[in-house]
Amino acid sequence: MTNDNGFPLLSLIAYTPLIGCILLLFLKKEDHKKIMYTAFGVSIVDMFFSLLLLFGFDSSQAGMQFVERFSWIPTLGVDYHFGIDGISLLLILMTTILSAIVVASSFSAIHERVKEYYVSLLFLQAGMLGVFMSLDLFLFYIFWEVMLVPMYFLIGIWGGGRRLYSAIKFFLYTLFGSLFMLLAILTLYFLNRNPSYGTGVFTFDLLELYKMNLPLWPFQIWLFLAFFLGFAIKVPMFPFHTWLPDAHTDAPTAGSVLLAGVLLKMGTYGFVRFCLPLFPAGSHYFVPLIAVLAMTGIVYGGLVALAQKDIKRLVAYSSVSHLGFVMLGMFALNPQGITGSVLQMINHGISTGALFLIVGIIYERRHTRLIQDFGGLSQQMPIFAVFFAITMFSSIGLPGLNGFVGEFLILVGAFQYKKIYAAIALLGIILGAAYMLWLFQRVMFGPLDKPENRNLEDMNAREIAYMTPLILFMVWIGVYPKPFIRIMEPAVMGIVQKVNPDWEKHQSMVAESVAKIPAVPAAAKGTESR
Amino acid sequence: MTTRPTDIGMTAILPESILVSAACLLFILVPFVPKEKRAWLGYFSIGALVLTALSLISLWGEHLSAFSGMIVLDSYALFFKMVFLIIALLVILISIRYLQIERVHLGEYYGLVLFATVGMMLLASATDLLSFYLSLELMSMSFYVLAAFMRKDPKSVEAGIKYFLIGTFTSGLILYGIAFLYGASGTTNLKGIQSLLSPQSLHASPLLLLGLVLLIAGLGFKISAVPFHMWAPDVYEGAPTTISAFLSTGSKAATFAAMLRILISGLSFGYGAWWQILWPIAVLTMTVGNIAALVQTNVKRLLAYSSIAHAGYILIGIIAASKIGMASVLVHLVAYVFMTFGAFTMVVLLCKTNSRGDQVGDFKGLARNHPAVAAAFVLFALSLVGIPPTAGFVGKLFLFSAAIQGGFYWLVIIAVLNSAISLYYYFKIIRAMYMEEPQGKTSPLSFSRPLIVALGIVSFATLFIGLFPEPLIRAAIQSIQVFL
Repeated sequence: MTNDNGFPLLSLIAYTPLIGCILLLFLKKEDHKKIMYTAFGVSIVDMFFSLLLLFGFDSSQAGMQFVERFSWIPTLGVDYHFGIDGISLLLILMTTILSAIVVASSFSAIHERVKEYYVSLLFLQAGMLGVFMSLDLFLFYIFWEVMLVPMYFLIGIWGGGRRLYSAIKFFLYTLFGSLFMLLAILTLYFLNRNPSYGTGVFTFDLLELYKMNLPLWPFQIWLFLAFFLGFAIKVPMFPFHTWLPDAHTDAPTAGSVLLAGVLLKMGTYGFVRFCLPLFPAGSHYFVPLIAVLAMTGIVYGGLVALAQKDIKRLVAYSSVSHLGFVMLGMFALNPQGITGSVLQMINHGISTGALFLIVGIIYERRHTRLIQDFGGLSQQMPIFAVFFAITMFSSIGLPGLNGFVGEFLILVGAFQYKKIYAAIALLGIILGAAYMLWLFQRVMFGPLDKPENRNLEDMNAREIAYMTPLILFMVWIGVYPKPFIRIMEPAVMGIVQKVNPDWEKHQSMVAESVAKIPAVPAAAKGTESR
Repeated sequence: MTTRPTDIGMTAILPESILVSAACLLFILVPFVPKEKRAWLGYFSIGALVLTALSLISLWGEHLSAFSGMIVLDSYALFFKMVFLIIALLVILISIRYLQIERVHLGEYYGLVLFATVGMMLLASATDLLSFYLSLELMSMSFYVLAAFMRKDPKSVEAGIKYFLIGTFTSGLILYGIAFLYGASGTTNLKGIQSLLSPQSLHASPLLLLGLVLLIAGLGFKISAVPFHMWAPDVYEGAPTTISAFLSTGSKAATFAAMLRILISGLSFGYGAWWQILWPIAVLTMTVGNIAALVQTNVKRLLAYSSIAHAGYILIGIIAASKIGMASVLVHLVAYVFMTFGAFTMVVLLCKTNSRGDQVGDFKGLARNHPAVAAAFVLFALSLVGIPPTAGFVGKLFLFSAAIQGGFYWLVIIAVLNSAISLYYYFKIIRAMYMEEPQGKTSPLSFSRPLIVALGIVSFATLFIGLFPEPLIRAAIQSIQVFL
């Protein structure tokens, strides 16, 4: 057993929601209030625990911190191995914060089977946190799969529309991909035993497997593809995205927020944490494929979003487009690209999460999500209009808000890899502005001609309370992203070193500029390149 | 490995002797026990099983051979005997109330269950084709009667007859195969066959190959591998649910135990031939089992196809035939026993005086009234699909790693695709439980204390093996040392 600061803080964060689940089981089914407040309390406590990580975290180090390690299944070489670096830290914070917000947003939305609902939410939270903390592939796989179950129930029980279809589709797609990933994990495990490729021990330890030296053909290519299938379905990349609009549209608001905010990030996180460092040569080899898929996703997602009649479906397709950006930046394989990509994961979690909450707010009032049922809402709901507008601008990538910083860094990265990639990705930003502004125009402006919309209430205090932190983060990252970038920088550089070591030679000055972004010249350059 | 001088081989069959005596005693007791006290016979057999288990524990670590090498008591046999005793114990626990509901609460039932268990235990010990055949018959004979135990229900009688006819046909195949093997080697002892024959003798004598094929076909019937699986859905559907559970776990595990021993310690000279026979059988078994299960609306039939599919997965371990491969057979069999048993227990729970409770529709809305029971079923379904942290995941992980280590990439890819398919039909039941409303008035479930104990044991085991597989893995690896 090793644990460098004596206290298993990561385990505490990961299992607090599970303890919450057990607490909920002891409450009476009919006592909705108590159940809601207990769930909220647990998620808030968990959020504070995760904020404690910030105090102990040393952002100058690239290695794993808060490491917890016990032998779990010694005959197989499986360890219980938790640890985080800057990238996982940011995602963990995002998960705990979003989870707390989501619990608060469900108070008025869920009236049926309340207890099961909050148990599922908390269970889901534990699974998501575990994924971001695991450094043992076996452990990682367990959390990765476990978290599908509560999501299945969230969509299937509390969803709308074709919930049964969407729930099983979500589960089947993800399971299909992850099983191939499991095969790749097992192959890695046996290859590592072979002294000519690995360290000669039976282990699922990720850090140990990083040291492997696999030939490109056949191992890196096949293993990369197997992992790719697992992660690409989760991201989801074009053409594996078809489960996403269904799942998003039919999930309850909380489900959509967590799906967009956190679950999709598991796919991109998987690429950063596993694909790039484990298969550097394979990653290089597949850059064109992934870039083409990512760009197709960006443009296709944008175009399809333009044509949507359902607000939630529109936001879902916008996710396909945004996640295309994340993937494009990551596979530029340079510090800017990967930094932008990780930052954009956070940004997408915040702004798309917020968009789904906004859809939830009007859905609760009107029980419809069709764009044509709205119009002129800004007269009736001015506060709502402000929140919606800021969120929308953040999603478009307006300078001064978070979306801009991430997209800008991604474009810088992609531009350096191949200019045409950045050019095509720009199309996506334009499309993004188009579908978002058009949506806003149709929903918020124009005459208030539908009688049902005349009596809509504006956002209440609770809704303002849970939306405000998201808005604050949008502005904070947009104006001063440096703390976020600094936390992840050593980790990002570590990954770049592994996957693209030649980078250093000719690009030390660019690496410097990463730390400075967004200094004024960089911002100016950004507007130029638009 | 030698027989003790003072011993005429009785130590090696001590557990079986205890169980046989208990079963005989039980048959004698039956007429003396009044009708309303028949549950005591169930508790009596539980006592017998526990006593047998204690005798097994006292023999732990022994390595005895008896009856001129026909029976052996080694770590492998001990492992499986323990598993069979647990299965028998669970069967009796879930039977007591069920038999009352189906109005066939007869004492002979328990005796037959014990006899079947003795057959299984001997199967795991058989090191001679003849003792293997005799043990298989002992087990099967008891099952023929048990399958038709609800003698007033035409479906049950049909199941019994069907199983009997197919079973005798199977016995014929196996005997014929044994005859050919005897003809080629001059002995029925597995060690003898192994030492007398070599890969070349397969080429020299096509009749030896024919014997091998016949033997594998016969075993294939018993483990319900495709294309020898036709009987399984009908028999599982018609037989009393407790017996379906016993058949699908006990009988299958016992046949696999014997199959692994025969193929590894007796016929490994023919590995080059038999893995090529088993490969397509495994692929067909997985695929047909899973695809046929997709369209079932009867839970017992669905579980029958699921158990066919699982036989296909387990064959992967036998095909790999490596250390991990053999261990994976043991690990997955144990996982399979618990999760399948759990799933059948649910059907027993739903069985009421006015309905058989074996339709998917009968599960509708179960989660509302019985959240704990529904949650237990979710656990079994996850385990059957192979989603962590459950026993089924550990089993599949082992099987897949055996295949990958052995280089059977296509086999494992087909297995993976099948696992993904299987999600759909298991979750059809979960969907009914959680996401659909109950139809009409719901009558209470058939709870009874023994059944709750059984359900508790199975759920606990399914979860425990998933979270802490270390003891099971150790035991499995320890057990297969005899083959290395």
